Amino acid sequence: MNDIVNIWVYLSASPILSIVITITGFLIATRINRLAGGSAFLHPVIVAIALIVAFLTLVETSYEQYFEGAQFIHFLLGPATVALAVPLFDHLDRVRLMFWPIIIACFSGILTAALSTIGIVLLMGGSRETVLSLTPKSVTSPIAMGIAEKIGGFPSLTAGLVLVTGAIGCVIGPVLFRLLRIRDHSVQGFTMGLAAHGFGTAQCFTISSVAGAFAGLAMGMTGMVSAFVLPVLVKVLGI
Amino acid sequence: MLYGFLVLLICQLVGELIVRYLDLPFPGPVVGMAILLIALMINGGVPDSIRQASEGLLSYLALLFVPAGVGLMVHFQLIAADGLTILTALVLSTALTLLVTGFILNRMAPDAIEKDQKG
Repeated sequence: MNDIVNIWVYLSASPILSIVITITGFLIATRINRLAGGSAFLHPVIVAIALIVAFLTLVETSYEQYFEGAQFIHFLLGPATVALAVPLFDHLDRVRLMFWPIIIACFSGILTAALSTIGIVLLMGGSRETVLSLTPKSVTSPIAMGIAEKIGGFPSLTAGLVLVTGAIGCVIGPVLFRLLRIRDHSVQGFTMGLAAHGFGTAQCFTISSVAGAFAGLAMGMTGMVSAFVLPVLVKVLGI
Repeated sequence: MLYGFLVLLICQLVGELIVRYLDLPFPGPVVGMAILLIALMINGGVPDSIRQASEGLLSYLALLFVPAGVGLMVHFQLIAADGLTILTALVLSTALTLLVTGFILNRMAPDAIEKDQKG
């Protein structure tokens, strides 16, 4: 028994355990999602987070201890954000073709997302930290976390809420498109990418490649524009 | 592939330096993305190794969110206190955002394509 405790103490201090837990949790979550028929309610990332939180609570490991190892996976978000420039470059011709509609839709969407979130949270009496952590909720995680850090929210809370937003968007989006009679795949894609970032993009690639391309474009644009606009907006509103 | 990965890291490094130096209000990797985009536009194409490194990283993008997402466990108290507010804001605001964006783009996009064809 003592041996097992010693081994556990040794492993807890090494990054290998956190990395194995993270990848294992993600693969199990992917399998669960596939068994559930790819439902947006059981998104692999959400399921993986739930599994890992449950496991860490069970073995009484703190988030700080876990993150000490998991930071090596987390670090790759930086270069992955830079890598978003490649799909953005691939769709430059489309951007030129629909330049102004895309710009106007992009700014209106970002302002709607931010102002409605701030308004609802303040109306319902949420705390300042909640407001600031929720404001970048429609922005893709790596950028949203950076924005939350800059404006004074909790990056880790933002990351989780961004993921939940993505799953919600994947459920609501198709229903709204039917109600509004939006059939154009490029419009559907851009809308999903703006409101539901990577989750929306992944879902759009299952509709058509045009929808997926426009979703990826919207995700990249929303991220970049939000990074410039949201810190200024928060300052102007004096939150 | 390794060359491409190095390019991504250097773009991020330069981005972080610019943000630090100019005290800008946005994250370093975003500036790195802008730098890479401009570089690709000047170059007029995506070199194979950069495409490989980018597509490799982006295909595992979902996995990369997990460590930060597990951080939700630290905020159990805040989530418990503001739970209903958070959920209401997420659902209503996401619906509103989809509605506004979809409506505006749907109204404007066909016009833009028509004009483009005429011009």
